[in-house]
Amino acid sequence: MVSEEEFGRYETAWCPGCGNFSILKAMKKALVMSGLAPYEVLFVSGIGQAAKAPHYLNAHVFNGLHGRALPVATGAKLANPRLAVIAESGDGCTYGEGGNHFLAAIRRNINVTLIVHDNQVYGLTKGQASPTSEEGFVTKAQPHGVLSAPFNPLAVAVTMRAGFVARGFSGAVEELATLISLAIAHPGFALVDVLQPCVSFNKVNTFSWYRKRCATLPPDYDPTDWEAALHTALEWGEKIPTGVLYRNDRPSFESRFPVLDKGPLTNVRVDRESYGEIIAAMT
Amino acid sequence: MDSSPTILIGGAAGQGLLTVGQLLSRVLVRSGFHIVVTQDYMSRIRGGHNTFSIRMSSAPIVAPRETVNILIAFDGESVRKHLSHMTNDGIIVMADNVQAETGNHTCLRIPVATLGKPAMFNIMAAAIVATLLDLDDGLVDKTMREELPDSFDEAAAALQAAFSWARNTGVSRPSLRPAGVSAPRMMVNGNEALALGAIAGGLRFAAFYPMTPGTSVMLTLLAHADRMGLVVEQAEDEIAAVTMAIGASFTGAPSLVSTSGGGFALMGEGVSLAGMTETPLVVIIAQRPGPATGLPTRTEQADLEFVLHAGHGEFPRAILAPGSPEQCFELAAHALDLAERTQGPVLILTDQFLADSYRDVAPFRAETITPVYPLELTPHDEGVYARYALTDTGISPRALPGSGKKLVVADSDEHTEDGHITEDLTIRTKMVEKRLRKMELLRNECIRPAFIGADNPDLLFVCWGSVLGAVTEAAEELSAQGIKAASLHFSQVWPLVAESFLPLLERSGAVVVVEGNATGQFARLLRRECGFMAQVRINRYDGLPITPEFILRQLAEKELIS
Repeated sequence: MVSEEEFGRYETAWCPGCGNFSILKAMKKALVMSGLAPYEVLFVSGIGQAAKAPHYLNAHVFNGLHGRALPVATGAKLANPRLAVIAESGDGCTYGEGGNHFLAAIRRNINVTLIVHDNQVYGLTKGQASPTSEEGFVTKAQPHGVLSAPFNPLAVAVTMRAGFVARGFSGAVEELATLISLAIAHPGFALVDVLQPCVSFNKVNTFSWYRKRCATLPPDYDPTDWEAALHTALEWGEKIPTGVLYRNDRPSFESRFPVLDKGPLTNVRVDRESYGEIIAAMT
Repeated sequence: MDSSPTILIGGAAGQGLLTVGQLLSRVLVRSGFHIVVTQDYMSRIRGGHNTFSIRMSSAPIVAPRETVNILIAFDGESVRKHLSHMTNDGIIVMADNVQAETGNHTCLRIPVATLGKPAMFNIMAAAIVATLLDLDDGLVDKTMREELPDSFDEAAAALQAAFSWARNTGVSRPSLRPAGVSAPRMMVNGNEALALGAIAGGLRFAAFYPMTPGTSVMLTLLAHADRMGLVVEQAEDEIAAVTMAIGASFTGAPSLVSTSGGGFALMGEGVSLAGMTETPLVVIIAQRPGPATGLPTRTEQADLEFVLHAGHGEFPRAILAPGSPEQCFELAAHALDLAERTQGPVLILTDQFLADSYRDVAPFRAETITPVYPLELTPHDEGVYARYALTDTGISPRALPGSGKKLVVADSDEHTEDGHITEDLTIRTKMVEKRLRKMELLRNECIRPAFIGADNPDLLFVCWGSVLGAVTEAAEELSAQGIKAASLHFSQVWPLVAESFLPLLERSGAVVVVEGNATGQFARLLRRECGFMAQVRINRYDGLPITPEFILRQLAEKELIS
């Protein structure tokens, strides 16, 4: 039986009051709920305050480049499908720099769990607008307010029929832990967009702003109803729905490669007999 | 006729040049001839003017030539463009409905409408040329059956009709005899050879974004992926391709990506990431003329400096530059091994000429290669694992996530020995030095340049990569003229270990650096790294491969030969 203690405790580089602490706590709980030991999990992250999260627990970690968590995670999962692969990063890293990879990962339906710390602002680079910042949001880099419309990750994911689409809130740790564990259990691509306050740089979408709006989806909500999910994903305003918005049972990307049935690629050996036949056909 | 004639097939894209080119090439190889194929095509799917030229010989050959002995012209344009390159005894093969001034050359006009469908001109031309060269009809038929399994029946009828026509017309036969090679040879181009070398070397994962002329490495891998247990993925962009490969490699799958210069520009951050995280990575860059989109389907060697400096920050790398399909095979496997042992990026520089150049080679044998199998920890190892343990060699014992209980932590930030992000500047200094210590292993493993010719030459050609063949034959021609010429070919261009070749350069007369770029990138690298200044540079940058004739013309222009 795995316990939260096994995932360790570390000193962090985060601001006091940051939503990241709650997300880290929910993550450890989710790993315990999933029955995963540290050595069975690989975290892949990008760059940003959120992307530091894997450094603060015990697991395999690849902390790579800004925007590139998903392709690294995809390669890792394809090389060793036995690992539970979790990509974790922020809204800027995932939806901005890594936007193309986000779309491609959804299309592939690679069995990677994507946790996005979404605070609607850049933290590490000190307060510029992110792809999810609302129009009019004023920063030093956007002195006249954000001119572009915000990116709606959940609506995009549902539109593309992503395998599993959920929204959590850092202020609801138990619910978030459950959502993450469901995402890990989902045998395909799973997105959990986690709303969180940034105490240093986002004075609009504060903890109480989210607290007031975030509302868990009702128990009779059917996440397999795609059209209803699309409507739900577009809800944003006085009420922001949390929970599993959508899921389906598309086969995972890695399940399409017969060679992966045998386990990690590193164990495959060069079949010299077949190789000889390939060469013979070229003479 | 010449003892090593060139058959040039010219026409528009989409007319079936490649089919007849590959068919004739394979029949020639199976008949015991040596071949060197050059493909020159435009960046379009239909129309334009493309050529597929096959130089053939009973004796070994390694370079393309500019003269044409047999021209298969799909259109009048092909005759007009290549008539001036034809030898006096050259023969033109074309359809009887093609209008073109053919000068005094023997011209075989095939009555295509009588013999079959006009679209079968390519097959008919293959029959005519096979007859001209006295190749075995049955072998042509058999080879065509393998090359065109889907449209064989229709093609076979055209082939037989053309054979009959050729016999009745009394097509003359040159006295060219195959070498009588008893052991079978395989026909392979540079890109196929790279893929086959990588498979034999233990490749398990590859990713790419399509870009000419690098794509066919991946297409070759894909053709054999299911059977050989590889995962090959077309990524959403080059950044994804290279970072996917890094992810797969981190998890224990020997991995490679292939691209061209423009795609590699996007991969720069990935190369740097491999350097920092010390993840084995092989990148194949099939060069084409730049800058930017340049000439997408032509050849050049202008990305040496780019590849040498790609990726921000300082980290060790190796750059290999095969000069033949055989070297492509060997160096692809070597690259995987070197990347694994040095835990970092190894780059392979080729170009469109070599990528597309079919040759006959001794069949590749997987038995000659020791495949890479990444190290694995014993499954129940416990405790803290230091991915970046500071060692004398700079190489830290590598563990794979998922193969044991030890936790593997890698970071693109500067990191502690156990892989965690740090801003401790004492550790930073130690890590920089640790990474750079791996240069020593790379230097020890560096492939020495190959010297061909007599010692203390009056003229020494220096080249790298695909220019090997042209330089070798140019040196042979000069030697035949009584000039003491030799060549030095670098199949590894970084790191350069001066001790292994500087004395040779200093002992030689005129040193001529021959390369496919405008600014003499390798010549300047030699000067920078070894303090050696070559007296003469021969550079080609019109998008065409360097030929022996080109080299000799340039030497004459520079008045180094008369």
